[in-house]
Amino acid sequence: MSDVVPIKTGHEGSTADQFKAYFSRLRAGEMGAVPAVGAMLLLVILFSSLSPYFLTTLNIANLFVQTATILTMTVALVFVILIGEIDLSAGVTAGTGMAIFVKMNQVLPQYWIWNLAFAFLVGLAVGWFIGFFVAKIGVPSFVISLALYLALPGVMLIILGEGGVLRVEVPEIKAIMNQNLPGWAGWAMLAVCLVITTAMGLWDRGRRIKAQLPVRPLTLLWIKVAASGILGAAAIVLLNTNRSQNAFMPIAGVPLVIPMVLFILFACTFLLDRTRFGRHLFAVGGNPEAARRAGIKVARIRMMAFIICSTLAMMSGVFNISRIGNVESSAGRAIVLQGVAAAVVGGVSLFGGRGRVAHAALGAFVIAMIDNGLGLLGIPAGVNFIVTGGVLAVAATVDALARRRSGASLNRT
Amino acid sequence: MNNPLVQLSGVKKSFGPVDVLKGIDLKVYPGKVTALVGDNGAGKSTLIKGLSGVQPYDEGVVLFEGQEVHLHTARQSSALGIEVVYQDLALCENLDIVQNMFLGREETSQLTLDESSMEYQAAKALQSLSVKTVKSVRQKVSSLSGGQRQTVAIARSVLRDAKLVILDEPTAALGVAQTEQVLNLVRRLADSGVAVLMISHNLVDVFQVADDIAVLYLGTMVAQLKTEETNHNDVIGYITGLKKL
Repeated sequence: MSDVVPIKTGHEGSTADQFKAYFSRLRAGEMGAVPAVGAMLLLVILFSSLSPYFLTTLNIANLFVQTATILTMTVALVFVILIGEIDLSAGVTAGTGMAIFVKMNQVLPQYWIWNLAFAFLVGLAVGWFIGFFVAKIGVPSFVISLALYLALPGVMLIILGEGGVLRVEVPEIKAIMNQNLPGWAGWAMLAVCLVITTAMGLWDRGRRIKAQLPVRPLTLLWIKVAASGILGAAAIVLLNTNRSQNAFMPIAGVPLVIPMVLFILFACTFLLDRTRFGRHLFAVGGNPEAARRAGIKVARIRMMAFIICSTLAMMSGVFNISRIGNVESSAGRAIVLQGVAAAVVGGVSLFGGRGRVAHAALGAFVIAMIDNGLGLLGIPAGVNFIVTGGVLAVAATVDALARRRSGASLNRT
Repeated sequence: MNNPLVQLSGVKKSFGPVDVLKGIDLKVYPGKVTALVGDNGAGKSTLIKGLSGVQPYDEGVVLFEGQEVHLHTARQSSALGIEVVYQDLALCENLDIVQNMFLGREETSQLTLDESSMEYQAAKALQSLSVKTVKSVRQKVSSLSGGQRQTVAIARSVLRDAKLVILDEPTAALGVAQTEQVLNLVRRLADSGVAVLMISHNLVDVFQVADDIAVLYLGTMVAQLKTEETNHNDVIGYITGLKKL
């Protein structure tokens, strides 16, 4: 069994070869994170030259916190976008769940954790409902989720009462966006992330060596760990400095929401990249007929995607009410479109089957930066909506063109 | 070696008043390529759909390795080792070669995908068929040519330890060089001991690669011939119904 496999696996060659291979993939149209990172750099240059506040520690911390809500919504939507579907109702589902949560807290404040669990069950049920209509009955996801997009704000209105706004009274919920980790805990968090990255890299490598497959040079792993370490350390130094404008009330530390978001990112990436479910999700998004013939239960995968989307969207709802401190009947209407825009900017294809959670997260940063930067410049909200809509249109066009290009390369044979 | 892997006798299938298969007898041998030819509407597709379990036969006996079997679902056929490589390929373009070859039967260890084991086996399966045209097993299928895709689809059946591989017009959409590659692959597949049943409209391909030629004419098997004992004109005669045994 020790015969050398002559067919290449993409893991051969020196570090330089690997970089060359990466750039040739870029040229072939597999752009990955490049557009999102490019847009981020562009926005940083633009906004920091226009506003002296943009690069202050206070605003950077704000930006992280604002991104958390959009990012969680984006990651939730990635699951349905990957199978070529859409869930327009994810935002209002989260809003409805949170309305139920705060309403139940009025009656049973001591059981807030159970009320929260119930809200997540509501998310799960809504996801099941959409999935059932899409996968079992065959209603287009656009239509059924649009129906919920129209109906759920009504449910919220009934729960909250006419023009009703309910305040969030649970200190634990409010802490997520408004409290910070102590300085040392931020560094510990970074250390844990780096250890996990290194351990998983070495673990995969060990498996390949055991199977007598070629492995990439270790240098690549160290470059990756070092780059994450430097970026992470820079962020933690920034967040650990006092950003308060009030000399008597120092604010410093990594916001509590950040480790939570990192965990969501890690768990979703793991699910999509390393489990059978994830593989089947990509297969259903790429070619449902091929997936069916390969014995994959396509309807079940579709339902699971919608259930995960709605449940995770609820987490985004939690972050949202933690930040703004109340629930109103229009909650969650705008964020779902920002989430779709973020996913597409991050290179998740609306045609299904292509995209990565980490890249979508970068897309969420782009959309949050537009929000944040335009807000700092005092530009009216109308312009903000127009710009966000424009970014979505541009990103979707790039997506369609990239697809056409990869389609054209097929016919070259 | 002389026992057929699959033996059909008196197989019938009708759709309402239309008798599509009117009592077919067919033998497919291990290590041999059996070509199934016939004009449009002769019943070729219906015949293989029955073998693949997608569309069970109405009547008749199917012997697999000498045992009578009843093929009612695709799963049953697959369990026996019958694999169909469809004309429209059934690959996911957004996945790479390894992922496609293991689609639906991914290997796991500690609850996560065992990529290295799958990569090794995929490379070995391709290697066993002397495939040299594929650059990397981690290439996306979207970047492959038609012939390479056909290769991946056929190699997938090898990976699944198929005993009978049914190929539905494997060269229909291919250029000259790629047709050559795929025919060579079909030959090697049979030489490795697998029984191959190949539907084809192209008699040049059939005479190049097949050991046996089975001719269907309007739902009846008009002839099953050894390739070396027949010629183009005879086969055309059987296909068009001008010639009978």
